[in-house]
Amino acid sequence: MENFNPFVLPFVLGAFALLGICVYKYVRWIRQFDRAQQKVFYKNLFTGKFIPAIWEMFTECLLHLRITKKNWRLGYMHRSIAFGWFLLIFVGAIESRIGTKDHFHFWVAIFYRFFHHTPPANGTEIFFTNLMDLLLLYVLSGVFLALVKKIRSRILGMQRATKHSLMDKIIRYSLWGIFPLRLLSESVTACIYGNGGFLTQTIGNWFSLPVAQFLELPFWSLYSIDLCLFFVLLPFTRYMHIFTEIFLIYFRRMGVKEHTRMTGFTKFELSACSRCGMCIDHCPLYKDLDIPEVQSVYLLRNLRNLEYHKDIVTAAKNCLMCNRCVEDCPVNIDLMNIRRIARDKGKIDMPDSYSYLKNVSAFNAIGRVAYFGGCMSHLTPGITQSMESIFKAVGQDYWYMDELKTICCGRPLLQQGFNSQAAELRLKNTELIRKSGATALITSCPICYKSFKDEYQLPIPVYHHTEYLNMLIESGKLKVSKSDLKVTYHDPCELGRGRHIYQEPRKVLQAVATLLKISDEKENSLCCGMNLGNTVLTLEQQTTIRDNTLACLNEPNPDVIATACPMCKRAFQHGTNANVKDIAEIVADNLEK
Amino acid sequence: MANFGFSIKKTRSIQLNEASLAKFRQAVEAVPSYKNCIGCGGCTATCSARQFTDFNIRKVHFSLRRGQYENVAQELQKCMLCGKCTLICPRGVNLRSLIINMRQIIANANEPFEDGKF
Ligand code: SF4
Ligand code: SF4
Ligand code: SF4
Ligand code: SF4
Ligand code: SF4
Repeated sequence: MENFNPFVLPFVLGAFALLGICVYKYVRWIRQFDRAQQKVFYKNLFTGKFIPAIWEMFTECLLHLRITKKNWRLGYMHRSIAFGWFLLIFVGAIESRIGTKDHFHFWVAIFYRFFHHTPPANGTEIFFTNLMDLLLLYVLSGVFLALVKKIRSRILGMQRATKHSLMDKIIRYSLWGIFPLRLLSESVTACIYGNGGFLTQTIGNWFSLPVAQFLELPFWSLYSIDLCLFFVLLPFTRYMHIFTEIFLIYFRRMGVKEHTRMTGFTKFELSACSRCGMCIDHCPLYKDLDIPEVQSVYLLRNLRNLEYHKDIVTAAKNCLMCNRCVEDCPVNIDLMNIRRIARDKGKIDMPDSYSYLKNVSAFNAIGRVAYFGGCMSHLTPGITQSMESIFKAVGQDYWYMDELKTICCGRPLLQQGFNSQAAELRLKNTELIRKSGATALITSCPICYKSFKDEYQLPIPVYHHTEYLNMLIESGKLKVSKSDLKVTYHDPCELGRGRHIYQEPRKVLQAVATLLKISDEKENSLCCGMNLGNTVLTLEQQTTIRDNTLACLNEPNPDVIATACPMCKRAFQHGTNANVKDIAEIVADNLEK
Repeated sequence: MANFGFSIKKTRSIQLNEASLAKFRQAVEAVPSYKNCIGCGGCTATCSARQFTDFNIRKVHFSLRRGQYENVAQELQKCMLCGKCTLICPRGVNLRSLIINMRQIIANANEPFEDGKF
């Protein structure tokens, strides 16, 4: 039979198995979407949103631009393997289309040199033969870097590479084997028939003819078997991310979001993680405390792989929810939501827990702004007092919502997986705010701020006090004088990475003091260690994290360390000789008389 | 029993040697800092839930310590997990963790993900 040799069978069977398993899994997961998720998905399916989706698939799944932006060496490695391999298949298909009329035997495109012996004669053929060799070399360079990363991850700018499961290791070696095997197979064939390009022909010429003739079939068979192994293992290992990320990007662009419990969408997210390990290096639990196997990559692995299910809870619990890994993840997986799903408290998350709040009634605050200090601000009265004096200075009528009694915003409960209890508190606060008739809500705590912004649907605008102060200063309502204090600013996790408020606090500080630069700021800001997201760390461990953060803040020798979070303030003030103040306090100290 | 026209109050003594401290021990194992508590009541003084109702977190974790488990679960449900108690505690007791763990121990609730859902 022309264009057939039994050695192609493993490849063909493997490819069909891969296709079958992927289709089965993806269809099942889509059917496991929550109803609301399905609704937005079908609603947006045939809208213009697919154009940016396709562009993102190209830049992320093939070019890996987000990884490249963070670490160009790693980006090159991922791109050369992904994009290089894609081009090998794509260009190979074009080449075989031009060279043979046989489109039925699709494997001919993959094993083209084996089935097509005539040496390249005209310009087009010479071009394609050499281009294919070049692409193979490109992929091989990526495989070589992957090998280097395995042996010494630091050379590629990573401190710690992910620890992989056995299956992941096996498939990794099968992937690394594919391209050298292809090189050898094409080279021996080139030796026999002279149909190679600059690379394969050169290597082929090192073989003697009888050796090449003896090795040809075994090499091509090994290549085919290795492809088969890779295909069959792929759906059960981390390499499932190759196809899953494409779908994930599409769903996300259609507006699908994580739910509070595990849905089919979560399974797409879990499978889109390539276990690249970029979420490990900056995690405070790894960086400061060397706690292994709790970082996002491991939580996702534990959720996905049966053999690690027993470790789900251990990993899920131990995390500060500082959002650093979300910032680092090149796939943009909703890691915090997945962690909350894994923390779900199930039967102890009881509805009707707060019936004692029934009698709390709303205040008539029509025409005023509502000020919500937050639970934590009660432990740092300096902040709330400063805010009150600022309201008075600008003549703003305000309603101090939680002056005497605080109903928590619900976020601490949510972070620990008490979804319905958190919802109950949100409902109560929403009712109070709606009924009060207040025109805006200002809060001093980034945790509450994040909650009011993301988890509530309030009819009025919500500001963190740094935003509010900035508005007052910029509009000239609040007159401040610039002091000669030198300050460093700590970006609180929930305000910075959580809500991307980076500029307002800085502008306010520049109006009242001199702001010094520090090494880890904005997206890279370090956590104070006390984040309510964690319940497992001991006080000593929290203190270690705090001290490392303080070292960074104290580095330029500031007079004052400024924060915008009552919790950070409390965390820092006992750990340093420097003065720790909230932005509101610094502003209140420098009001123009 | 003969009716004397009056009665005495039910005894309030706690039989510590009869009480089962198994759940208390589980809680200590889960939250070792629980051992450090000196009963100062700082946690109750600052408690957000306490401002609205007679929930008393110190009383609740003391009940557990004495093996009195009735009502503990219902009481703990009132906590908003705001974390003020944990920050205020002079002995570094991780009260939020303790509250979650006590609720799980009393309800005998396995962490839902133990049986794996993926
Ligand atoms: S979670 Fe993101 S950063 Fe972490 S390993 Fe997975 S893909 Fe990489
Ligand atoms: S949120 Fe912070 S503490 Fe948690 S895994 Fe990510 S980086 Fe680590
Ligand atoms: S206290 Fe501040 S830095 Fe610490 S976790 Fe909260 S928001 Fe982040
Ligand atoms: S504040 Fe701490 S030491 Fe005091 S009673 Fe509460 S837990 Fe015990
Ligand atoms: S966490 Fe619970 S017990 Fe502690 S202060 Fe807040 S409401 Fe009270």
